[in-house]
Amino acid sequence: MIIQALTLTLRLAVVVSAILLAVGLPLAYWLAFSRQRWKFFIEAFVSLPIVLPPTVLGFYVLVAIGPLSPFGRWYQSLTGHSLAFTFEGLVVGSVLYSLPFAVQPMAVSFSSVDRKLLDASALLGASPWRTFWRVVLPLGLPGVLTGFVLSFAHTLGEFGVVLMIGGNIPGATQTVSVLIYDQVQALDYAAANRTALLLLALCFALLTILYGLRRRSAWNVWGWK
Amino acid sequence: MEMSASTPTLDRQLSVRLRKSFPSSGGASFTLEVSFAVSAGFTILFGASGAGKTLLLDCIAGLQTPDEGEIAIAKTVLFDSQSRRSVPPNRRSVGYLLQSLALFPHMTVAQNVEYGLAALKNSQREARCGEVLESFRIAALAQRRPGEISGGEQQRVALARALVTRPHVLLLDEPLTALDAATKARIVDDLRAWNKRHQIPILYVTHDREEVFAFADNVIVLEAGQVAAQGPPHNVLNRPQSESVAQLAGFENIFECAVHDSHPEQGTMTCRISGSALQIEVPLTRLDAARPLHVGIRAGDILLASVAPQGLSARNVLYGSISSVEQRDITVIAKVNCGAEFEVHLTPGARQSLHLEPGAKVWLVVKTYSCHVLQNGG
Repeated sequence: MIIQALTLTLRLAVVVSAILLAVGLPLAYWLAFSRQRWKFFIEAFVSLPIVLPPTVLGFYVLVAIGPLSPFGRWYQSLTGHSLAFTFEGLVVGSVLYSLPFAVQPMAVSFSSVDRKLLDASALLGASPWRTFWRVVLPLGLPGVLTGFVLSFAHTLGEFGVVLMIGGNIPGATQTVSVLIYDQVQALDYAAANRTALLLLALCFALLTILYGLRRRSAWNVWGWK
Repeated sequence: MEMSASTPTLDRQLSVRLRKSFPSSGGASFTLEVSFAVSAGFTILFGASGAGKTLLLDCIAGLQTPDEGEIAIAKTVLFDSQSRRSVPPNRRSVGYLLQSLALFPHMTVAQNVEYGLAALKNSQREARCGEVLESFRIAALAQRRPGEISGGEQQRVALARALVTRPHVLLLDEPLTALDAATKARIVDDLRAWNKRHQIPILYVTHDREEVFAFADNVIVLEAGQVAAQGPPHNVLNRPQSESVAQLAGFENIFECAVHDSHPEQGTMTCRISGSALQIEVPLTRLDAARPLHVGIRAGDILLASVAPQGLSARNVLYGSISSVEQRDITVIAKVNCGAEFEVHLTPGARQSLHLEPGAKVWLVVKTYSCHVLQNGG
């Protein structure tokens, strides 16, 4: 039971943090360097999941992927089943829910890169694309790593959104945190204790690694070429 | 892309005509409005801070967009407001050494220098990089990072990085200010040697007038966003008409004056130095007498006497007392208060024979033609 929930949780965390890496990099770059006047609007939107109760987010995602919404109908006609109460549905909700934890550290470290270095790169003939890969990304790497690990850890510990969107289906949508809830509901405190301890140890180990790496100066640790 | 060294210099001419305004919240706005052309060689862009020097370089490099105008290297148009053409900075072939140097901290010296050569094959890139590292004497540093080398070495790396791409124009924004004179001169010598082969226009920004005398083929003096003077250094410096040119030409004494009286028959006019009762005779000029004038006097053009001089042709004999004496290298700098404070330069020998100490009474003698009348452009 625990093993099943744990594999599912890790699978979810890997998929979600990978998606957030792909989505977060361009979004963080845009937030760090765009001069659009309505940038603050996007910033506020990205940060929303930090303050919003998971139930609110979960509820709207559930409605959005349900059979009554155009997106839900489109997905159903494509795959033959609804997104709600599936693993894919969990991924959608978790990506939204962990978005700020990935994007904010990345955007902060990108915007702390000296603009003069970007100018220098362009003056040496580099395209914006090359400037990103050779200058912005290497210098912002600590923030990118932080964003990746935080979104991974945040997905591990997620509860409300999962329950709202995925329900509690062992093997399909039952994550470790939902399992603990289940076990407490069943008054099986010994099992709940084991599961909780496992999650606690896992999250603590992850964050220890993250902060341990960050303690050292950026370009001694990564040694990029 | 590369032209041969025998190409006439006209083909490498950088021509600039532009206007850019910055509205400021205080109501006053700054406008840069310039028009000039420079050929291959060292052109010094001189001006006080805030004159718009860096903004001008930013416009040429494409980091800033002018409101209006035209920028071209030879026949290649980089910016033209009429046809709404603006080549992005990465396609302008303009080498620009930023004041902060902006070396990439996470790359070695060699990686920094090779950065602009992405289009070349590996072997070619290494050859070009090695060559430029040699000619700027930094080959030994190739595997170090910018944080591990000295300020002068960083300047050399930044220069090498800008030049290895063979730009068609080189812009230098006060690149050598932090360096001692000897290091500075060596770097400029290497840069000159490089430019003997490549013959491109080099626009060199500074507010240090010694650099003007040392390096310039041409000078452009920028004052409050406008070109105040332009030409070979001796032309610009011998006929100073504005305050920043005067500072450039080395007027240690600049006084604001009002015309008190003019004597057309004697070819002079009498001016009173603002804030004092002191009157001096200066050459008659056609400048607008209603506006305040400035009179510039070189510290080395003033004679110092310890007894009242007699029988002189000089019109200005001013009585005062020494407020301070200080020796710098082989120049003695005396400050003399005659109602207004004058700076006078003399030799250590003269100081000894005249017994010049603070408090001593002295006479200053200034020829009329050593008083240069200046008027501010703005």
